[in-house]
Amino acid sequence: MNKFFNTILLTVGACVLVSCGDNGTKDVSPKSDRSVQYFPNMYQSVGYETYQEGTVFENNMEAQKPVDGTVSRGWLPYDYEDDNDGYASAKANLENPVPLTEAHFENGKALYDIYCAICHGANGNGQGHLVKTEKILGVPSYDSREITAGSIYHVMYYGINYMGSYASQTSIEERWEITHYVEALRADLMGVPRKPLIDAQNVDTPVDDLVLGDDAPADAATAEPVENMENTNQDNGNSNNGQ
Amino acid sequence: MINKKFQINPFKLTITSLVMVFALWSGQSQALDTSDGEPAVPVEVNESEVTESGGNAELGEALFKANCAACHKLYKNAVGPALFQVSEKYSREWLYKWIKNSSALIASGDAQAVAIYNEYDQKNMNAFPQLSNEDIDNILAYTDTSKPVATEIVGPEVAPAVADNSMTNNIVLGALALVLVVLIVVLVAVNSTLKRFAAANGIQTEFEEEDQPARTPIWKAFVRNQFLVLTTAIFLLLVSAYFVYGGLMSVGIDQGYAPVQPIHYSHRIHAGVSKIECKYCHSSARESKHSGIPSLNVCMNCHKSIAEVAESTYNEGLEEYGIDYNKEIQKLYKATGWSEEEQAFTGEEEPVRWVRIHNLPDLAYFNHAQHVTAGNIECQTCHGPVEEMEIMYQYSPLTMGWCINCHRESNVDLKGNGYYEEIHKELSEKRGGRQLTVADLGGLECGKCHY
Repeated sequence: MNKFFNTILLTVGACVLVSCGDNGTKDVSPKSDRSVQYFPNMYQSVGYETYQEGTVFENNMEAQKPVDGTVSRGWLPYDYEDDNDGYASAKANLENPVPLTEAHFENGKALYDIYCAICHGANGNGQGHLVKTEKILGVPSYDSREITAGSIYHVMYYGINYMGSYASQTSIEERWEITHYVEALRADLMGVPRKPLIDAQNVDTPVDDLVLGDDAPADAATAEPVENMENTNQDNGNSNNGQ
Repeated sequence: MINKKFQINPFKLTITSLVMVFALWSGQSQALDTSDGEPAVPVEVNESEVTESGGNAELGEALFKANCAACHKLYKNAVGPALFQVSEKYSREWLYKWIKNSSALIASGDAQAVAIYNEYDQKNMNAFPQLSNEDIDNILAYTDTSKPVATEIVGPEVAPAVADNSMTNNIVLGALALVLVVLIVVLVAVNSTLKRFAAANGIQTEFEEEDQPARTPIWKAFVRNQFLVLTTAIFLLLVSAYFVYGGLMSVGIDQGYAPVQPIHYSHRIHAGVSKIECKYCHSSARESKHSGIPSLNVCMNCHKSIAEVAESTYNEGLEEYGIDYNKEIQKLYKATGWSEEEQAFTGEEEPVRWVRIHNLPDLAYFNHAQHVTAGNIECQTCHGPVEEMEIMYQYSPLTMGWCINCHRESNVDLKGNGYYEEIHKELSEKRGGRQLTVADLGGLECGKCHY
């Protein structure tokens, strides 16, 4: 007699166990506590760690933007405003200070594939993966508009319409390298020859001087210095946090 | 102990199993309620009819998506105004002129054009000289298609698919429960009848244990058998050593650590389905020690225009993970102070308190740029299949042994390193002509990581 009950109990138990498993839910480790630490003072430093909460700052944010009016190393204010006039002025006056060497061009391609190709497509026709899957729409092909090196840089710096700014993810030099690559893609799309590469040995000025030095052609006469630094300060925010 | 458990009386058993069955049932129906949420995005209607103005809405849709959707949405203000029924607001001739070259129209002093220009913060609309009047007619035909009413269309199309599945589940469960109940009732009845028979016939059903005073208690017998004591002791020691060792070895190791983050961010969707490069968001991994948690402006690069996920994604999130993705996007908007109505940042920001997962103790130095840019190592080598992780977890143990092991095994790509070519060649010859590993280049020196 007991055997019958044993069987029933086992069956019910098995049913309960089986049903407790979530139907096909993908397994994610629920471990949400850190394990015990041996000598925790070797793990948790006295100084602030990256992204830690700090009590002395507003909102307890330890990651801070550079102080207004200061200039971070490796970064310079951009002289064109984020409006129609600034765009037109950059389009007409701004020129690429980075020489079109193979190294810069290759780097530009690598960066383009990371940041731009996801929407603009690997060949710049506006058919990136996100556009094909209809997540982001209305990305134009590079050959459908009149664009110059200056306007490409300007749009990367501030963003345009639904495109966001890429100033926090790239450095000045990197944006110019991407500009070189975008121009090459545009030439391909339009069926005209690309600009010829320059032999690296013919370039004597180090790129840092070209990009950041006083000789940078960014000092176009028509451009006015940006008065409000706030919207450009985001530039180095990210890499500063990383140090 | 097992025997004890099985001697529960049948009545109790019936009640417990009934409770279990109904608990199961109610759990199932609850799941059905949550999965029956409202659809996130209206379903597209196939409308190929030609409207009065002679435009073809289907052709228009393709043109709209290629040219206009960068700034305009149909039913919501975006960078530019919502375009639904725009053809009724303005005359067709005026629209042709505006679309082909709006800035010229504004410059010519057209009152209507200037009013729009000022209303939308004096943003220039791109000129589209490549669109013919016919193209524009097609686009206008598309913008005149009314919003498909989500509930009406979704009702018959999607609801059955969802309900169907859980309905059959429910029916099966109900039938199972019924069968179980019947079984239990029958068994209880049989049991009591048999007992009554036994009592009537004078058969003894419950046996009392006979007294056996000669038998020694089992623990005394165990103590007397020294061999058994010894083997048990050794066995217990080994088992405890196993657990103590395992426990000690897991000290400070957070492999599998998967904390709940303030905003549910799915690496599966972003890195897996959408194929966004890791370095798109974690851009500082290219050039700094930290891979960097992306600042929210990086999220907003795409999420300015993606306020709602696609319907299939939305349903998948609810059904498989119990997450309402659209609510998570709203959390992002709240943190960045983005106002969907005004399509602008309000300036009311609040920090997102992400929980850090990967953390090395301060005594060890690790540099992302060195591994990602110089070493050219895939992110997945250390972080695992991130593109499949709905919830991010720590894949690798991040122990010293794990680091050292990789340094011993990884070959270094020395091509194109002109300055050190000779030295590398000599070193390689010293090591028997094999390719150099990180360890050969000093990757095992204490001072590399501890200083």
